[in-house]
Amino acid sequence: MIQIKDLHKSYHMGSNSLHVLKGINFDVKQGELVSIMGSSGSGKSTLLNILGMLDEADEGQYILDNVPIKNLNEKIAAKYRNQFLGFIFQSFNLINYKSALDNVSMPLYYKGVKRKERTEKAMHYLEKVGLADWSHHLPSELSGGQKQRVAIARALASDPKVLLADEPTGALDTKTSYEVMELIQGINDDGKTILVVTHEPDIAQMTKRIVNLKDGLIIDDSPVQQVRASLHV
Amino acid sequence: MFSRDRWDEILEALNANKFRTFLTAFGVAWGIFILVVLLALTNGLKNGVTADFGDFATNSMFMWTQGTSKPYKGLPKGRYFNYKIDDVEAIKSTVPNIKYVSPRNQLGGYNGANNVVRGTKTGAFEIYGDYPEYIKQQPMDILQGRFISYSDIESKRKICVIGTGVERGLYDKGEEILGTYIKINGVNFLVVGTFKMSNSQGDGEQDASTIYIPFTTFGQAFNRGDSVGWMAITAEDGTSITSLKQQVFDVMKSRHKIHPDDDRAIGHFDLSEQFERVNGLFSILTIVGYFVGALVLMSGIIGISNIMLIVVKERTKEIGVRRALGASPWMIKSQILQESLILTILSGMVGISFGALLIWFLNYLLDMSGGPVENFANPSVGMQVVFVALIILVVSGVLAGLIPANSATKMKPVDALRIE
Repeated sequence: MIQIKDLHKSYHMGSNSLHVLKGINFDVKQGELVSIMGSSGSGKSTLLNILGMLDEADEGQYILDNVPIKNLNEKIAAKYRNQFLGFIFQSFNLINYKSALDNVSMPLYYKGVKRKERTEKAMHYLEKVGLADWSHHLPSELSGGQKQRVAIARALASDPKVLLADEPTGALDTKTSYEVMELIQGINDDGKTILVVTHEPDIAQMTKRIVNLKDGLIIDDSPVQQVRASLHV
Repeated sequence: MFSRDRWDEILEALNANKFRTFLTAFGVAWGIFILVVLLALTNGLKNGVTADFGDFATNSMFMWTQGTSKPYKGLPKGRYFNYKIDDVEAIKSTVPNIKYVSPRNQLGGYNGANNVVRGTKTGAFEIYGDYPEYIKQQPMDILQGRFISYSDIESKRKICVIGTGVERGLYDKGEEILGTYIKINGVNFLVVGTFKMSNSQGDGEQDASTIYIPFTTFGQAFNRGDSVGWMAITAEDGTSITSLKQQVFDVMKSRHKIHPDDDRAIGHFDLSEQFERVNGLFSILTIVGYFVGALVLMSGIIGISNIMLIVVKERTKEIGVRRALGASPWMIKSQILQESLILTILSGMVGISFGALLIWFLNYLLDMSGGPVENFANPSVGMQVVFVALIILVVSGVLAGLIPANSATKMKPVDALRIE
């Protein structure tokens, strides 16, 4: 699903240049649930941004679902993001003046799906995350866990190939974190490829494979015995 | 482009901060309001001033005689002369594009003594000897009977057409007027018609106290022979009388043995020139109205542009999220543009409506005040002004949105998402 070869990325601030990614190589297969770990500054967020086409690598190869991702202009990047990727953010990033339902249907709106079909699909995914009864509530009327579940429904709405989650439990308490992880595990069980960036070891243990980053290099990449989040709930 | 979803998006965004939206919209509404009202007031002033010209055909001049100021062909300077009735034909036949030439004679007038008698009633009125064409130069409503006709001229009939003031002075209320006789300077005239000026501003009393009699009758009855007091000359539409008047003067000079350079011998008043001058003044006033209005409007537009910039800034993260979800830069841009456009047009409409309301109220006050107000009448703007205002709004709405729309997509999505 994802193939990355010798990925480099530096940031330039004035005359200083910061080499963040120093040659990353890794592959992710269809249906994997991978966590990317590392201390802050290890480059894990940068990697995720490049995977999400929100940022571009300086060097190296990135192939997503057999499509080489390079020299994108913003228009095509937007199209690919819509088509291939679903984002889950640490701070949910719901649009605060839109109802849960409208938030979920937004990727479909940008995909050009007709209004009626859009609402049906969005409702379907809200049901899937167990928030059908909350569809007309504004984000401000939802709890943190509920917001993240809406965000997950939104990420799923356009039926992307890969879900990219950047610290999905970073703003949640332990119990809610496990609930969200249970949901993510469930989605993975359905066959969706998911990448989770986290620095919490217990969350990482709930994925199937942990990739450890340090100073812009992968220092460890090994499968783990998955801990089912449902055991903790 | 304007799907229902787009509308929802835009209305949601505008609704998200109602008070700010209102304040921003107010700037534009105020600008267009000022524009419309300024133009309406200019128009009112113009209507008021041009009404002073009455209905008299504006492409006209009046021409009379003055003493010569140069000796010529053995004749001394300071000589007085009169136009003759033949001069009328001479002008018509030699000068092209002349529509009407009305020779006129006058009796009585300002502060004149009583000159008209009917039974025991007397009055001081202005008596004009005229040709039938005169009614085409000075439109008037014939209330009863008729105006002077050519057979009156030919037969030198002693008939007259009287104004409403004459009617009031010489007749009792309800009395039959047509077919009665009035005595002008001792000569009996049959009343064949009454008239009222179609549109008179200020001079109503004077106009009403006027009696018209056939020009030829006037010459015979009051010993003027074929002398002409003065002439009212109107040019064909499309040719300015100002451009023809020198030719008319030249004809008169040669017929009356006046030195070709003697400009003081012939007096004239060019109504067309005066009218053009006033019209020119109002063209300038209209331009000033547009200019000032547009400037006020511009500050409103800048307000919109400014607020959209702030909105974009505030929504940087939201825009980042939308782009992460697959919104292309153009989608973002066009939404910002449309928000600005809709805000501008809606608030502009409100401004135009309030302007119309104020104009309506002014007209209502003018109607209520009864008599005509000096130099001001019927303030109004045409549909073309509203149309122009709308075009200004659309253009400026787009302009106001351009900078914010560009700044919305300038930032990379990854940076936009990082903003808290």
